Amino acid sequence: MEIKKGVAVSPGISIGKCLVIDAEDYRIPRRLIEPSQRLTETQRVRNVFKDAIEELIKLQAEQEEIEGQKMKDIFAVHLSYLRDRTLRKKITDMINAESVTAEFAVSSTLRDIASHFSKVKDTYISERAADIYDIEHRLLRLLVGGKRQDIAALKEEAVVVARELSPTQTASFNKEYIKGIATGAGGRTSHTAIVARSLGIPAVVALEDITESVNAGDTVIIDGNRGIVIINPDDSTIQQYLEYAVEYTELEHRLDAIREKPAETRDGVRVELFGNIEFPDEAHSVLEKGGEGIGLYRTEFLYLNRDTEPTEQEHYEAYSRTVAVFKSRPVILRTVDLGADKYTQSRRYAREPNPFLGLRSIRYCLQNLTMFKTQLHAIMRASVLGDLRIMFPLITNLQELMQAKMVLGDVMEDLDDEGIPYNRKIKVGIMVETPAAALTASMLAKDVEFFSIGTNDLTQYTLAVDRGNELVSTLYSSVDPAVIRLIRTVIQDAHKARVETSVCGEMASEPESVMLLLGLGIRKLSMAAPMIPEIKQIIRSVTVEECNKVARKVLGMNSERQISSFLRDAARKILPEAF
Amino acid sequence: MRPAMQFVDTASRFQSSVTVSKDDTNVDGKSIMQMSMLAATCGTRLKIKAEGTDAAEAVEALRDIVEIKKFGEPTPEEKSRQA
Repeated sequence: MEIKKGVAVSPGISIGKCLVIDAEDYRIPRRLIEPSQRLTETQRVRNVFKDAIEELIKLQAEQEEIEGQKMKDIFAVHLSYLRDRTLRKKITDMINAESVTAEFAVSSTLRDIASHFSKVKDTYISERAADIYDIEHRLLRLLVGGKRQDIAALKEEAVVVARELSPTQTASFNKEYIKGIATGAGGRTSHTAIVARSLGIPAVVALEDITESVNAGDTVIIDGNRGIVIINPDDSTIQQYLEYAVEYTELEHRLDAIREKPAETRDGVRVELFGNIEFPDEAHSVLEKGGEGIGLYRTEFLYLNRDTEPTEQEHYEAYSRTVAVFKSRPVILRTVDLGADKYTQSRRYAREPNPFLGLRSIRYCLQNLTMFKTQLHAIMRASVLGDLRIMFPLITNLQELMQAKMVLGDVMEDLDDEGIPYNRKIKVGIMVETPAAALTASMLAKDVEFFSIGTNDLTQYTLAVDRGNELVSTLYSSVDPAVIRLIRTVIQDAHKARVETSVCGEMASEPESVMLLLGLGIRKLSMAAPMIPEIKQIIRSVTVEECNKVARKVLGMNSERQISSFLRDAARKILPEAF
Repeated sequence: MRPAMQFVDTASRFQSSVTVSKDDTNVDGKSIMQMSMLAATCGTRLKIKAEGTDAAEAVEALRDIVEIKKFGEPTPEEKSRQA
């Protein structure tokens, strides 16, 4: 039994057999397989050798006759290695003799050869080690890629353990079979976390070397409430967790009982609770959990998990399905927020050195007008079906907002020409998620109907912390005094301009932050569906007077640690079960 | 790596099995992995052994590229003479 402590990012308990995904650019740990799995693993080795040979033949043919001769020669060497039966046999023999994974056998065999070369005194030979590493990398990439496809096609229940998962991978997960997620990298607001929460799968991230500690098929407990992962638990631990899981489900049921009751404070102040979604299917669970509308529809998920761009009709169908669930209740569509860690990087010829400060989100849309207009056309077409609203992400200045609104104006003209009806008075707002937007909220407020504070990006840009980097993720906190001051500025400026402000970042779903947000003046929160009942319970247990006091106290504190422990204590008194 | 590839390619054209020995190490002459790990640098003494129906031709062809054509590469002595 081994206990690992990470960061809890999606609540719930799951116990299951684990499925491990290695990373091709990370050291492959020695991991054991069941003897019955040997045949599958040796077959995987044979398959990737075949695929790698095909890849190399193609690459070789693509090289220019003369300039590419050197490359051709290099590929010829790689090809002869891949065709070397004794090499393949060495790898498959290792799998059979030691019951290790294909990934480990490939990696350790080739690394042995490479290190043998690097020890040779003759530089001509020792430099060949680089070729061997290149071959290793090609094989691992194919092995890991295949494994990821296997997970998308999973047919039995499992918990996934990985170094890291991309939004595209998590988006293709089958919720029916994937019962929990544990990753080495990532933070509370990583996309693995966001997707896990919205799918209602327990998840723990930032477990560092977790992939080195598990073997495929090990029993793993994922405690998404406390941020603990237990590998090969003993019987009494399993028993204890089974009981705990039952208790937790009971709490969930108890919370479900308040579904029909309004989110109203004890002194009668009404708060609106909305849901965040990625896919139209999730709209129902928002409604089931008592959500009153959609506060953040992350439309870019329509682009992930596929090879081609969605058509206008596909956009339209997704939006009209979502609106149909909520009828006349608001559905706020955030226009495509691609770039940074989502989608665009893999399609670029050269990676951006600093993608989070690069061509992402609204910037990407304004440079890809055809794509942007396609989406806006579909949104406007669906706007007659209910209360659809448009929200532009990552605005940093007024000019960007005006440009985006101008493109929307163009699309409206097109619709007029086509004789297609749409809602001329559609509400347009922006995400306030950069310090620039927060500081100029009073200027931006004149041209929008609503603000939604995206606390995840606002925190990462304010504190200059990569939210997915476990080496610095402890610095990331949305209750840092700097972030709180920016949020207060936005709320005050929006209030003066009579612009409605909501919070749609993860902060809105953190029980410990709710009192602070209410105290700062927020009356509208949007969060992942599973969190709605718990947040409602907190709202129903407090008075605005108490919240104002909390906010006043927090604004007088000068350290993040002081603030977060104060907020946790305040919330624990209200809903002890949640902690 | 190219000389090793040339050797392996040539050896693989024959039915016979080809074993190459350096000191006490014997390797499969048709395996690029084993041949390159033999780390035979210029001047190393190699013993080539072939077994099978076309063994004589195999040894002759391999001797040809190693001893006579010298992999089409100049030896260190030749290099220094050129310079």
